[in-house]
Amino acid sequence: MRLELAKRPQHSKLFSALSPFIAFVLTVIAGAILFALLGKSPGAALYAYFIAPLTDLWSLHELAIKAAPLILIAVGLAVCYLSNNWNIGAEGQFVMGAVVGAMLPILYPGLQQSPLALPVMLVMGALGGAAYAAIPAFLKARFNTNEILTSLMLVYVAQLFLDWLVRGPWRDPAAMNFPQAPRFTGYAVLPELLPSAGRANIGILFALIAAVLVWILLARTRKGFEIRVIGMSPRAGRFAGFSTRGAIFFSFLLSGALAGLAGISEVSGAIGRLQPSISPGYGFAAIIVAFLGRLNPLGIVAAGFVLALTYLGGEVAQIEVGVSDKVVRAFQGLLLFFVLACDTLIHYRIRFVPSERLAAVLPEAKSDA
Amino acid sequence: MGTELAGEPATGPGLLLDVRGLTKVFGSLIACNSVDLQIAKGEIHALLGENGAGKSTLVKMLFGTLAPNAGEIVWNGKQVRIGSPGEARRLGIGMVFQHFSLFEALTAAENIALSLDSTTPISAIAAKAKELSHSYGLPLDPGSLVGDLSVGERQRIEIIRCLLQEPDLIILDEPTSVLTPQEADKLFETLERLRGEGKSILYISHRLEEVQRICDRATVLRHGKVVAHCNPRQETAGSLARMMVGGDVHEVHREHPDHVEGAPLIEIRNLSQAPKGPFSMPLRDISLTVRAGEVVGIAGVAGNGQGEFFDAVSGEAVQADPATVRIRNIDAGTLGITGRRLLGAGFVPEERLGHGAVPGMKLSDNMLLARHTSDAKAFLGGGALGFIRRDAIEATTKRVVEEMDVRKSAEDPEASALSGGNLQKFIIGRELDRKPSVLIVNQPTWGVDAGAAARIRQALIDLTRTGSAVIVISQDLDELFEISDRIAVMAHGEMSPTIPIQEATREKIGLLMGGADTGAH
Repeated sequence: MRLELAKRPQHSKLFSALSPFIAFVLTVIAGAILFALLGKSPGAALYAYFIAPLTDLWSLHELAIKAAPLILIAVGLAVCYLSNNWNIGAEGQFVMGAVVGAMLPILYPGLQQSPLALPVMLVMGALGGAAYAAIPAFLKARFNTNEILTSLMLVYVAQLFLDWLVRGPWRDPAAMNFPQAPRFTGYAVLPELLPSAGRANIGILFALIAAVLVWILLARTRKGFEIRVIGMSPRAGRFAGFSTRGAIFFSFLLSGALAGLAGISEVSGAIGRLQPSISPGYGFAAIIVAFLGRLNPLGIVAAGFVLALTYLGGEVAQIEVGVSDKVVRAFQGLLLFFVLACDTLIHYRIRFVPSERLAAVLPEAKSDA
Repeated sequence: MGTELAGEPATGPGLLLDVRGLTKVFGSLIACNSVDLQIAKGEIHALLGENGAGKSTLVKMLFGTLAPNAGEIVWNGKQVRIGSPGEARRLGIGMVFQHFSLFEALTAAENIALSLDSTTPISAIAAKAKELSHSYGLPLDPGSLVGDLSVGERQRIEIIRCLLQEPDLIILDEPTSVLTPQEADKLFETLERLRGEGKSILYISHRLEEVQRICDRATVLRHGKVVAHCNPRQETAGSLARMMVGGDVHEVHREHPDHVEGAPLIEIRNLSQAPKGPFSMPLRDISLTVRAGEVVGIAGVAGNGQGEFFDAVSGEAVQADPATVRIRNIDAGTLGITGRRLLGAGFVPEERLGHGAVPGMKLSDNMLLARHTSDAKAFLGGGALGFIRRDAIEATTKRVVEEMDVRKSAEDPEASALSGGNLQKFIIGRELDRKPSVLIVNQPTWGVDAGAAARIRQALIDLTRTGSAVIVISQDLDELFEISDRIAVMAHGEMSPTIPIQEATREKIGLLMGGADTGAH
């Protein structure tokens, strides 16, 4: 008996919809095995991971805080990946968006009293992320450089740049030598949604609005059609008169801007200031979110909450079950692995082939010439 | 039909391959429905059929790349199962594919060595290849780079690679579709010599005249079923075509207009272009004017610059001087493909999947692919936002599908789900529906069945009757003689002056196609 993959004549709509769910179930099963091997009760650990964070209002707010940047970034990445541009550097664009957006409250603290401060910061953040994404885009369009490498390496440049800023020129003199910039005040702080119930800020609204707008762009407009054509078949894209270079810049700038917006929203909302580390790897986790959401902005909204749950669940499990917070990364990695593996089902069907067939041929074989 | 007697399958010890009831099912489609096929030792056996008739599926099962759902294969009197091409080769079945699988940057000998399971040194392979190539009249220098070779020479590598394994049965898939008439003649001599040595050949072709010329028996497939076994020499081209198509093949109807000088609709002046890569052809000083109401055919062996010419004229590759390409008296050389479409030109590239259509997209999306700007008024709304109007696009798609008789399995299937012929009808219909003033078509009927091909050719001629100009690039001389008013030949990136159809002969065209290559080797 052996397994065989048989290509489907058309891709399966059923499995397009089902594969993320199958992947999630497989991840949970693999997680249970993982916990059992660690000597923990799988039931209690999975409860801590996936159910406990949903049981009180406070942690639902935290879920929204974590989901917002994941969704914002992943929606932009979906546009990149659909057009066959592999932007792996959203983490760096997130950081640069935060840095550029924070220029206003840090360099001109007086302006924080103006109601225009926040909109200007958000626009600057988006521009900062877009400008940083323009570097790998330019290198790819002009020199045919591999964007996976350049965008990834620029992440480390951005992180070290931020680190230098908050330890050097932008360090808050009042922070007693802690490496952090001054806290944002006044209109530079992202407003909270329901201040009485929890910390969630309007960042989650940005994420939802971006998801809907990008969904419309991709599903309903010529620009979205262009993106998909170039991603699926560059030669046909040229036949259609679409510019491959245009798509490189469009997708990188859009995803950079959304990552930058997520970055400035995070520092002006959840964190409140610049510090050496401003992201628990949102830019990388968003890659998983993008694929778990099947590169569909609406699917990404759901996937963003799932990934946010793994972050929160990791904290709960660390406290209540006593597993390392590294388990979060393992979970996220497993999820991405299963998502990509389950996508095979969309284009192939699995068949069981009895093994006697193989043996039948061999006795007939004639010796080599 | 009275052919059953003549085509009575051979039996007894002379039988090399006996296929009984072979069936292959893909989802709801029965690609091969209980196919019987008998091949005797030392015969050239034709496998005839329209596109989608199941020829490729049958051959893939014989060569071990597809597993049958039912039926048996008896080889030399023993029942066998062929699980992989390696097993097929060990049994003694060799195959020469229509699309070559050669590395252009390697030499002929290195390419041959790659496909052999043995660890023989390359020098020994080269010597053996050279010896074989001479004994079969297929001159080949094993040390030459594949990238420098003509398509005919590349095919020789494939044939020699196949012969080196000393097969008893050689399967040839559409072998002459890429050859000049002279090269094809040479191939036929080789095939006859192989038959003389007792080897069997399964010859897949849609060129009835060739099948009648060299094949001893023929098996005709239609819709996955065997409709006849016959002796092609006792048939006429017409009767063979009827078996294939299942009805009378519509003959292309055209009358030669008496030298009405139409207005020039497309003019190409001194078009030159450097090669775009190590294996691409340069274009050398090409000039061509096509007038309203005429079809100009461009003949030539594949890879002599036709693809580059198509890209340059379509605007996928733009020119520096705007006057190089003029469409309807407007300089278009610096315009891209969208700009040229807006001037009234339409284009049908050679590759259907991945160039003329996106394989994984629905037909309606592929409709938008070529017409998003020329039909922006109907297909898009919302001004600069460019919202897609699905209903308008789907209506146009439906119209084209009906007009061109595109057969499909679903309401709006993905392009890759259509057979080659049906997708080609759709792609040509997509352009015709726009009523273009100028239509440039590369290989309009490549791999398309006889019925669809006739329909496509008729549609091209009908378009010129409405005052349009048509350029047809094709390697099929029969096709060009059938529909062209004038014929030009491309060889080594140069284009000959056009020859009026009344003065054109196959010999004349064939010699031009050979270019400077004739007499070499």
